[in-house]
Amino acid sequence: MLLTTLILGVVLGGTYALLALGLTLQYGIARIMNLAYGELTLIAAFLLVWAFQGLGLSPLVAILLLAPAGYALGWALYTLMMRPLVKRSGASGRLEVDSILATFGLLFLIQGVLLLVFGPNFTSISYLDRGVSVLGVTVAANRLVAFGICLVAGTALVVALARTRWGLTLRAVALSPVSAPLVGINVDRAMRQGFALGSSLAAVAGGTLAMYQTFSATGGVVFTMKALVIVIMGGVGNVGGALAAGLALGLVETFVATAIDPGLTLAATFALFLIVLLWRPEGLFRRR
Amino acid sequence: MRIFLTYALPLAALALLAIAPLYASAYQLGLLLGIATYVTLASAWALFSGHTRYISLATVAFYGTGAYTVAVLNESLPYPMVLATAGLIGAGLALVVGLSTLRLAGIYFVIFSFGLSELIRELITWYEVNVTGTLGRYIFLDLTPQDIYWQMLGLGAVTIALTAWIHRRRLGLALRVIGDDETVAAHSGIHLARVKLIAFVLASTIITLAGAIASPRWVYVEPSIVFNPTVSFLTVIMALLGGANRLWGPALGAVPLFLIFEWLSSDFPDTYPILLGLLFIGVVFLLPHGVLAGIEQLRQRRKA
Amino acid sequence: MTNMTRRAGLRALGFGLVSGLALSAGAAFAQETVTIGYAVARTGANATGAGITTIPNYELWVHHVNEAGGLQMPDGSRRMIEVVEYDDRSSNEDLVRAIERLATEDEVDLILPPWSTGANLAVAPLFARFGYPQLAVTAVTDRAPEFAARWDRSFWMLGGGHDYAAGLVEVLAAAHEAGTINNKVAVVSVADGFGIDLINGARPAFEEAGFELVYDATYPLGTSDFAPLLNEAQGSGADSFIAFSYPPDSFGMTGTARSMGYNPAVFYVGVGGAFPIYPRIAENTEEGVMSIGGVNADSPAIQGYFEDHTAFVGAPPDSWASAITYASLEMLQQAVQRVGLDHAALAEEISTGSFETIIGTVQLEDNQLRDLWWVGQWQGGSFRAVNPGDREGAVAPIIPRPNW
Repeated sequence: MLLTTLILGVVLGGTYALLALGLTLQYGIARIMNLAYGELTLIAAFLLVWAFQGLGLSPLVAILLLAPAGYALGWALYTLMMRPLVKRSGASGRLEVDSILATFGLLFLIQGVLLLVFGPNFTSISYLDRGVSVLGVTVAANRLVAFGICLVAGTALVVALARTRWGLTLRAVALSPVSAPLVGINVDRAMRQGFALGSSLAAVAGGTLAMYQTFSATGGVVFTMKALVIVIMGGVGNVGGALAAGLALGLVETFVATAIDPGLTLAATFALFLIVLLWRPEGLFRRR
Repeated sequence: MRIFLTYALPLAALALLAIAPLYASAYQLGLLLGIATYVTLASAWALFSGHTRYISLATVAFYGTGAYTVAVLNESLPYPMVLATAGLIGAGLALVVGLSTLRLAGIYFVIFSFGLSELIRELITWYEVNVTGTLGRYIFLDLTPQDIYWQMLGLGAVTIALTAWIHRRRLGLALRVIGDDETVAAHSGIHLARVKLIAFVLASTIITLAGAIASPRWVYVEPSIVFNPTVSFLTVIMALLGGANRLWGPALGAVPLFLIFEWLSSDFPDTYPILLGLLFIGVVFLLPHGVLAGIEQLRQRRKA
Repeated sequence: MTNMTRRAGLRALGFGLVSGLALSAGAAFAQETVTIGYAVARTGANATGAGITTIPNYELWVHHVNEAGGLQMPDGSRRMIEVVEYDDRSSNEDLVRAIERLATEDEVDLILPPWSTGANLAVAPLFARFGYPQLAVTAVTDRAPEFAARWDRSFWMLGGGHDYAAGLVEVLAAAHEAGTINNKVAVVSVADGFGIDLINGARPAFEEAGFELVYDATYPLGTSDFAPLLNEAQGSGADSFIAFSYPPDSFGMTGTARSMGYNPAVFYVGVGGAFPIYPRIAENTEEGVMSIGGVNADSPAIQGYFEDHTAFVGAPPDSWASAITYASLEMLQQAVQRVGLDHAALAEEISTGSFETIIGTVQLEDNQLRDLWWVGQWQGGSFRAVNPGDREGAVAPIIPRPNW
């Protein structure tokens, strides 16, 4: 019983963590509070379904293609929309408000385009939905794949950020965008890379999500919020923290659903989140 | 001239608005009511957030609580008592929330306030399902749209008057200092927590009352209907568009935005969200400090 | 800003509204069109449901009527339909205002109802105040008799939660008596008005029929992972799995049950189970899955409707409320043909008349449609009605259902 809860929870947590990775980069490095994040994942989800049903493209291949496409879209979005805002705000702290407003507009814009192109219907595909036995517990293969993608993407990011010079640059910008230029870092480029990489991860998460979940053009906000909760719990910009927080959230939800009352899963999520915010607003895992 | 602008003009406008329902069609009245609601929400929101710069997404938490209170009590208590209870519940809730959260700053407060709305909605849902065994309540009150409009107009007027009054008091000054720099504020002897708490409770109570007043128009109430996050977002956008730190800013943001939404959604039902999105982005780029500041800038430029 | 400009602003607003009026007056002047208005969710949370059940049927019907030369009046003349459409943005406040606008600014001849129970209740007082008949289709409520009495021009056409629950219990009780399933059921329900109505109706009905609810849980709207729930249900020893669920949940549970290899003898999901997309969700293993609603799949009228809908919309309709939505429009059409556009006469005719529609001959009882299908099942690629079993067109349920 406990083992079942544990395994189901970890797998669910993995899918949550994957959803949050991109947002934590966008907010942590580029300082853009991207309310249209969920819509970005939806674009990828719709594209994957279209490629699968229309072109017969394997979803796993499609996800590989979505990653660079997401990067390009993020790059363009940052250059066209976000950079003028970043420039304008300077160090005044206006960026927070501006980015909320601008990405709120973007949210509607993307939702409108999705509704127009793909219609309002629920969309889903069946792919790899056989059960796989993990230590005697049956888990859907597509969720396991999602979990695997999360692990691979998450570990790669953690290593890249910790070990490479490029990672050091991004971390420096995340830590202090004001003093980073003093040591010769091109802050603008780092932020753009952070935002684009975040969009790329959003696309991967969206594509993965389309494999196992039903979605519709109006459901992006839910993903944004889930991701946001995890980002805050893990500590903004902290990839490892987001992974851990995602897993923790999955475990808590599964545990509450099995042991207490399924009706309280979402309430438990938010309660946990609020407690973390009050207790350690800088996130569970950020060093003080 | 100054007295005319600060007292006579708003009072004349209020009188005009108060007699408007006698001449308006049902739809025009609906428009006026919608405008009054959002002017009230945006002004109340700005009462706390305008100066402190705490961006709250908890508007719907209070708005929905007000509506839900009416739904629960409308058959057992007389209407004025229901309103009073709603106000008290809103104030109590704001007190608890404020005491625990107002030390959060910046984005953490934004997210917290959003999480709060969702938490309250989930808890009410759970309570209704497991304790009362129903979900979905009915509001059968004998209130005409006129009655609702007048109440909302009154509440809006009180909100703006209250804001004006606070702006001239120590409380307003304290709020402004906090918004500029919390550290400076603390050093200059301002009791940070108390000042913020007072403003937060006042604003939240007004928002709760607005929800309570508006709810009889919906007849049927259920958590997913009353805790619609769009309300929170719209309120923020309207207040910021007009200029949240000015007395008339929120109202000046709410009126045009409300009318634009109405026009877009009726004349362009298919492309409405796209146009809306473009409009928002345009506003951020072209009117970064709100409409009022934009107008002032324009004037200055003309003078120069 | 001075007092003058402020008033000028108000006047400008009034002028805009007047010119709007003039436009619709101009349309009425031609005397050849009937204006029909509706405000349905195009955006927001309700857009998906409205986009499946409500809007396509409105458009299909208008298309059919206008293709035939227009709506026929009692004197035999035909008038083309002109549509005035608003988006209610899934908000009841906006919806209420849009209905007021349709009634008082556009002065449309007829108003079609919005999507969802809550929305129909929100506009019921307005339809009553302005005198329009309200053919509320997508509203499931146990208090329909009370509402029909309160607003005497409102018509409630989809029954209440208790009806659906009772129908389901009847099907299961028969199977239990025949010895094909045990007396244990596992039930999950979504925490909103619809799910709660159904589970509240089902609990006493199940107990009365001698069933034991070995698992009975409610989950919040927006849940995406159903593995824990289904795990519990699987371990409960029940032969019947019942979910009073919404579309994304119904689909999610189906997927999860398939991947877990959870094969109860009865697998029942709520809204969404009768959607045309369902067989694809279940990868063509939908045979035997039960859900709400159903159609008489052998009736030529229904078959014709499915073909028309597929040709016009691009997808087949859902097998629960879609056909009823279309039938309600046919009722309206025939009532107009008999008595014209006078609202009082129309309401009277809808209330007392008898109509030939794609779901057969319809006659309302106390302003409610009671001749409904409560339970349906996927059989041979169609979602067929199984309960009430004594109604013409019902098929016998397949219990136990074949494995996924």
